[in-house]
Amino acid sequence: MMLMDWYRNDKAAVWLMAAIVITVTLLPLGNLVFPADSPLRVTAYSISLIGKYLCYALLGLSLDLVWGYCGILALGQSAFFALGGYAMGMYLMRQIGSRGVYGNPELPDFMVFLNWQELPWYWFGFNQFWFALLMIVLVPGLLAFVFGWLAFRSRVTGVYLSIITQALTYALLLAFFRNEMGFGGNNGLTDFKDILGFNVHSDGVRASLLMVTGLILIAAFLASRSVINSKLGRVVTAIRDQEMRVRFIGYRVELFKLWIFVFAAVLAGIAGALYVPQVGIINPSEFSPLNSLEIVIWVAIGGRGTLYGGIIGAILVNYAKTLLTGWLPEIWLFFLGAAFIVVTVFLPDGLIGLLQRLPKRIPIRKVKAGAA
Amino acid sequence: MPFDFSHESFRQARHERNQLFTVRPEFVEGLIPSFSNNPILIRILLTDMKSSLAKVCFKLILLVLLYVPGMGSAEDTAAPSDFAIAISKLATASMQEREAAVQQLISLKAPRTLPILQGLLDGQLYKLREGDKLVLAKQQDTGFSLVDAASGDDLGIKESTDIQKIPLNNSLRARLRKSLGNLQLNSTETAIRIEAVKAIAKVLDEESLQLLRDRLAIEQETIVQDQIRLVLALEQLNSTTKSPRIDAINLLKNHPTQEVVNRLNTLVEKDDEGNYLETDSDVRNKAKTALAAINSKISLYSGIETLFFGLSLGAVLVLSAIGLAITFGVMGVINMAHGELMMLGAYTTYVMQQLMPNQLGAAVLLSIPAAFVISALTGIGIERGIIRFLYGRPLETLLATFGVSLVLQQTVRSIFSPLNRSVATPEFMSGAWQINDFLALTWNRFYILIFCLLVFALLLQILQRTRLGLEVRAVAQNRNMAKAMGIPTDWVDAMTFGLGSGIAGVAGVALSQITNVGPNLGQSYIVDSFMVVVFGGVGNLWGTLLAGFSLGIANKLLEPAAGAVLAKILVLVFIILFIQKRPRGLFPQKGRAAEN
Repeated sequence: MMLMDWYRNDKAAVWLMAAIVITVTLLPLGNLVFPADSPLRVTAYSISLIGKYLCYALLGLSLDLVWGYCGILALGQSAFFALGGYAMGMYLMRQIGSRGVYGNPELPDFMVFLNWQELPWYWFGFNQFWFALLMIVLVPGLLAFVFGWLAFRSRVTGVYLSIITQALTYALLLAFFRNEMGFGGNNGLTDFKDILGFNVHSDGVRASLLMVTGLILIAAFLASRSVINSKLGRVVTAIRDQEMRVRFIGYRVELFKLWIFVFAAVLAGIAGALYVPQVGIINPSEFSPLNSLEIVIWVAIGGRGTLYGGIIGAILVNYAKTLLTGWLPEIWLFFLGAAFIVVTVFLPDGLIGLLQRLPKRIPIRKVKAGAA
Repeated sequence: MPFDFSHESFRQARHERNQLFTVRPEFVEGLIPSFSNNPILIRILLTDMKSSLAKVCFKLILLVLLYVPGMGSAEDTAAPSDFAIAISKLATASMQEREAAVQQLISLKAPRTLPILQGLLDGQLYKLREGDKLVLAKQQDTGFSLVDAASGDDLGIKESTDIQKIPLNNSLRARLRKSLGNLQLNSTETAIRIEAVKAIAKVLDEESLQLLRDRLAIEQETIVQDQIRLVLALEQLNSTTKSPRIDAINLLKNHPTQEVVNRLNTLVEKDDEGNYLETDSDVRNKAKTALAAINSKISLYSGIETLFFGLSLGAVLVLSAIGLAITFGVMGVINMAHGELMMLGAYTTYVMQQLMPNQLGAAVLLSIPAAFVISALTGIGIERGIIRFLYGRPLETLLATFGVSLVLQQTVRSIFSPLNRSVATPEFMSGAWQINDFLALTWNRFYILIFCLLVFALLLQILQRTRLGLEVRAVAQNRNMAKAMGIPTDWVDAMTFGLGSGIAGVAGVALSQITNVGPNLGQSYIVDSFMVVVFGGVGNLWGTLLAGFSLGIANKLLEPAAGAVLAKILVLVFIILFIQKRPRGLFPQKGRAAEN
């Protein structure tokens, strides 16, 4: 019954979820079952690529929560993504053990190269998977909590908030470039071997990673959806539309903002953690302010304030990126730039908004009467 | 040389001079030989001049003509025959006679003596195989480039078979060294004298010390006096009696150079067993206090240097932020393409230099207005084409202008290639102002600092004194009211955006002098310039100025302790925290406008 209800209210979302489920089951099958020369065979490259898109989709979803629903244009979302990625990367580095180039059982290669004598304290525990999982959630969440608490409490809003979130990710970018930080400096963390004892590069692990990513994306979508449909979600949406009024009614605006900001940061961190084993590297460029802006354009193109808009936008834009950078690398930035301009000027509601404006037989989204 | 000194010719000359306010060189050239023997005539001519400007010009030309060889034909004046004889002896005679010739050349004090003897010492003095003419030769890829030793005229390039080296023996060489030092010490040019003192200081003996003392007695220039005293004092430290050494330390205290510091350090050093190398405790203590005094001076200098670096970094920040402050502050528009407008300015400089490869300095100066126009037009295009549809939605202007920045970047990358382009630094901007051993200020940063202040002052004047400025401020304060008063807000918006963008272009010209010109130039400055604007307070130019300079100085103060990257991170973190405390910057806008 509930499922049917949901289907009626949110048809597009159900179709999207179904599409994701089908993708993440069929593609690994196509990779594992069919022999290498079969035309139905899905290459390992495609598996990783689709996995990457799904990670980006999760990241887009997280930004849609803060921007689309809370009106905070956070230009530092990539910072949380990268932090989650680094946490996972550190676990994967510790799994290399003595198989590195220098064969040091304790220290990762870059530390041996830099002549470090022992593991820095913040690397301890990362040989345990559960600890890494904890950090993937905790580190981005904690940073978002401290940063958001400071910012929202002093009512830094609008453009100012955008700029200081950009400053945050820029500062982290610079920090992670330093060799002294102990995160591999410029080169970042790479050369991964095992995850949970299985070879990262094997087809089976790739397929499982894709499936896990798909499942987590669906779970995250459902969680976000229930957050947005809860009372908290309604207050958050109200803050987006009239912050002052909500405050005057008596809500503590900063706490609601903080909640949604931290939640989104954790989602972004998880996305980063899923991204790293599938791509095989994490380096400081993930922190770059440009990346954060790209996330914004995914959401803007998809349609903000819809949740699935972020997902669709992320997948579409990245698919276009893969096509264009492979085909005509010079076109890509023109395309991206034009997308920014066209979407903001002509399509403020993104592609979803465009679809909704088309004459429709069945209403795609019905607002429940008396929901407010 | 026939020249008519009649009253008539003088009148004519004066007439010409008064007309031009300067003196035609060919006219003076004719005068000089006779004039330099005739001081009264010179005085008459000088006192006769009514314009002091012309007087200065004339004096300068006189000086130049008297000492620039080859124009005044000086050998005619002093003792033409003696000079010529000495030169020909140098070229042809035996070794003993050559020594005598050198002696004679020195005693003649002719202006060409110095280059000739220097050439002889450096092995660059040759004679032509045909006619025994004495020449200075420099080896080049194609042969030897020759200069007439007697007159300094260029004689072009000859094969090595056409010339013969003037031989030299050791005793002559030693003699030459000393006499050259002496000659240079008595040169009329201050710079040469200082060089001579420095050169002599490297090979001190009793004779050269005496030379220095003699020169000190008659020296007029304080710089040279100081230099000589410094050398003498350093020597005096080696004395065996106490009081001259103490005097020397007292004197050295006021001369903070690396050499002095090293020498004084030897006085307070200990050997391996912990005993002082210097046995005299008075001298030692004196040296210690002197060192302390010098060190405090050095730290003062390094403080000044840090301040200067900070100011120059601040100037760059202010330049890049100030255009942003206008568009962001006055119009509430976030222009993410601001960095790319700076990049356009930098590329304009590059193109101008490509167009005028022989006039690099002029190209840089010309590219200031050119960059302003190009960036301003681009900016107006952006405003009319995109931003005017987005007023009142600041976050979306941010996204749209970011799109513009990507397009501009890629356009430049497609046209000029993704590689960095090098923009030459014009001569007047290169090098450093070496104040002393411990303090040197680079000219390009110095000029950028001044340029930044000029641009700031100009912008302030535009906003305060012009009609456009008035309208811009009116629209910034209350758009609807301004509209009601008949101000064409659309036009003002376009002009404001154009002004801000134009200044970005001008900033790009300055940036091209200190950093690489490439497609990513803008991106690396955009975050910094936003920080400056936000820190200073939106809509406040003075705030931007203060913020830029204080962030620049803070950055440079932190750098020695924390390293460049960490310093930058610390500054960023500081701003993030600062915004929490004062969300509207150092100088927030007051009144209702601030609530929006």
